[in-house]
Amino acid sequence: MTTHMPVTRLATETKGLEDTRFSVPGIRCAGCIAKLENGIGTIPGVAAARVNFTAKQLAVSHDARIDDRGLISEIGKLGFEAQPLAANPLGQDGEERKRLTRALGVSAFGMMNIMLLSVAIWSGAVGVTREMFELISALIAVPVVAYSGRPFFASAAMALRYRHTNMDVPISIGVLLATGMSLFETLKGGRDAYFEGAVMLLFFLLAGRVLDAMMRDRARAGIEALLRQQAPGAMVLDAGGATQWKNATDLCPGDRILVAAGENFAADGMVEQGHSQCDLSLINGESAPQKCDIGDVVLAGAINLSAPVIVRVTAAGSNTVIADIARLMDEAGQSRSRYVRIADRAAKLYAPAVHALAALAFTGWMIAGAGWHQSLTIATAVLIITCPCALGLAVPVSQVVAAAALMKRGILVKDGSALERFAEIDRALFDKTGTLTLGRMTPLNLDALSAEQCSVALALAQASRHPISRALHHALAARGISPASVEAVVEEKGAGVHGIWQNMPVSLGRPGGALHGAEAATRLSIGEARVDIRLSDSLRPDAAAAIARLDALGVPASIISGDRKEAVDEVAAALGLGARAHALPQDKISEIRALQAEGHKVLMVGDGLNDGPALAAATASMAPSSATDMGQQAADAVFTGDSLLAVPVMLSAARRTMTVVRQNFALAIGYNILAVPLALAGMVTPLVAAIAMSTSSVLVVANALRLTSAAR
Amino acid sequence: MNGLLILIPVALILGSAGLVAFLWAMGNGQFDDPDGAAVRILIDDDGGDDGRIG
Repeated sequence: MTTHMPVTRLATETKGLEDTRFSVPGIRCAGCIAKLENGIGTIPGVAAARVNFTAKQLAVSHDARIDDRGLISEIGKLGFEAQPLAANPLGQDGEERKRLTRALGVSAFGMMNIMLLSVAIWSGAVGVTREMFELISALIAVPVVAYSGRPFFASAAMALRYRHTNMDVPISIGVLLATGMSLFETLKGGRDAYFEGAVMLLFFLLAGRVLDAMMRDRARAGIEALLRQQAPGAMVLDAGGATQWKNATDLCPGDRILVAAGENFAADGMVEQGHSQCDLSLINGESAPQKCDIGDVVLAGAINLSAPVIVRVTAAGSNTVIADIARLMDEAGQSRSRYVRIADRAAKLYAPAVHALAALAFTGWMIAGAGWHQSLTIATAVLIITCPCALGLAVPVSQVVAAAALMKRGILVKDGSALERFAEIDRALFDKTGTLTLGRMTPLNLDALSAEQCSVALALAQASRHPISRALHHALAARGISPASVEAVVEEKGAGVHGIWQNMPVSLGRPGGALHGAEAATRLSIGEARVDIRLSDSLRPDAAAAIARLDALGVPASIISGDRKEAVDEVAAALGLGARAHALPQDKISEIRALQAEGHKVLMVGDGLNDGPALAAATASMAPSSATDMGQQAADAVFTGDSLLAVPVMLSAARRTMTVVRQNFALAIGYNILAVPLALAGMVTPLVAAIAMSTSSVLVVANALRLTSAAR
Repeated sequence: MNGLLILIPVALILGSAGLVAFLWAMGNGQFDDPDGAAVRILIDDDGGDDGRIG
């Protein structure tokens, strides 16, 4: 669709242009839009650039002279980080929302015009005028119902084919019967036409569906913007030493790939040349960097930290360890698709009751001798009045309002069913590295350093790509410290960085003394003065507060991690939680299954590839935005920011949402209990039906709006 | 009655004009970037000084 790539329209006149979309999370203001559109739009080879501020995306229409990588570096020069997006991953979901919105527009048009005519009839139009008005209503209503009702009819037909019922079955029967009856009445010149009721019902229900679809699309677009590109390929070295870019899927065992520091390994392999360290934390939860020297095995998805290495590929594509985890995740996700949403559970009870009631009304009036025509009219009135208009709105409106409130708090919920599942949670499992901890090194004793020491440390740290240097650079820059002017900065592999500052030798290098636990350290020397800067992967701020709030909600937590026992125990002791270390992805799944078999509803919070299967297997799951793509895709909700309080906030918001949903059900059913006797007695006119229907819908929506403060 | 014969078609035509406009706007991508439309007004794209005071 052109709408996802606004530039397509501009580009259609000229042939040979390609469209590429980039996720640019850094777009924050009008200035960013102008900078990007003017900066990228004027590059030779680029026909047009257009920012979508809502989705934080940039669409570029360009010719073959410039490729994705070139564009990313151009965007980088403007000060933005960008990731290319796949051709159109959201196309289908966006299409669903558009189809529903079109149907909503058509039904709104029909409702307004029919209502206009109906008001005239209710106020006492008689004779030819009334007949003409009803005929015009019929002419509008029949095509509108045929068009706008399709989403419901299709879903009801699907449910019936598999011998289920869902909310759409009573809706479809009610709408079709009401339209059919009214058409018959109109052609016969009878009194009761329910066209406005049928169309209004469709309008309200479609409004609910559109909101639901919008919520899903928005969250998905938000998550897409967070996803980082994951080892999409590698530089392959041929025999002559020339390099060539190959996609991950095209790599074969035996290829030699060159992996620069900071890049992901695109395939499993063995190091042939170079000495480096790699970060496996996303694969197995291990927090400390692993050494990888010649002959060591590296896994796809790990990050090469310190130096470029050449790797001989041993397994690629679907044979890698990552692919195994992905398969495990797919299998684990099967159970979740069997979850029955609350609206459908309600429909299971509601639909037979309503249909029995209508049948009862029909036979009752037949026995009372009312004639089949009047009996059928009354049965239709019963169906219309009990049609789950408010029920159909009750769930989506509440969930949309809650999801919007959560989104403002930085929590992206993928769909409404996730909110329902979160509300049931009574047990929580946390991964350690990257979930309870920040997943990155942070300096512990910066406060003990003088301003001079800080600025020298920053000057040295920013010259190196070593993980410790980068962590130090990040932390010092965040404090607003400016680097000292250190000259002749040289990095020596394995020894550190050194330079000259105010005629004194300065260096950042190996620490003296032993380290304990998961700590790392570096020694800063200025002249003769030496100080050790200690770093560790620290706990998220308010991790303890979050665990306490979970406890208060009646959700005990524990840790399940793939890391070493000592590292896990340290965190477990700090938070006072039970812990299990050395857990493989399979172990995490079986732990969840065991708890579920005891009747617990388990929440999994994790970030790594190794958590993917557990995230998919748990009743509900959450991942931080620093998680791997796989983790974010498997989780039901993603939270941005460093605070772990997002987890209890999400749980209590979900519970409040379900309370409101239940209240809404009670409101809708209460109104039915009042209105049904009237309908059974044959006293419901189209006017009464229309008023009752809109009042109950307004009540339900108003009640749902109370959830705007749910994310506190 | 004669008034109705004119007014009802007028009402229907206006209504369908609104519907067509809505469907066009949606197909045209007018609703794709609601937040962007709100901030784009702030872009000072000509770089000139015609709005400057003093």
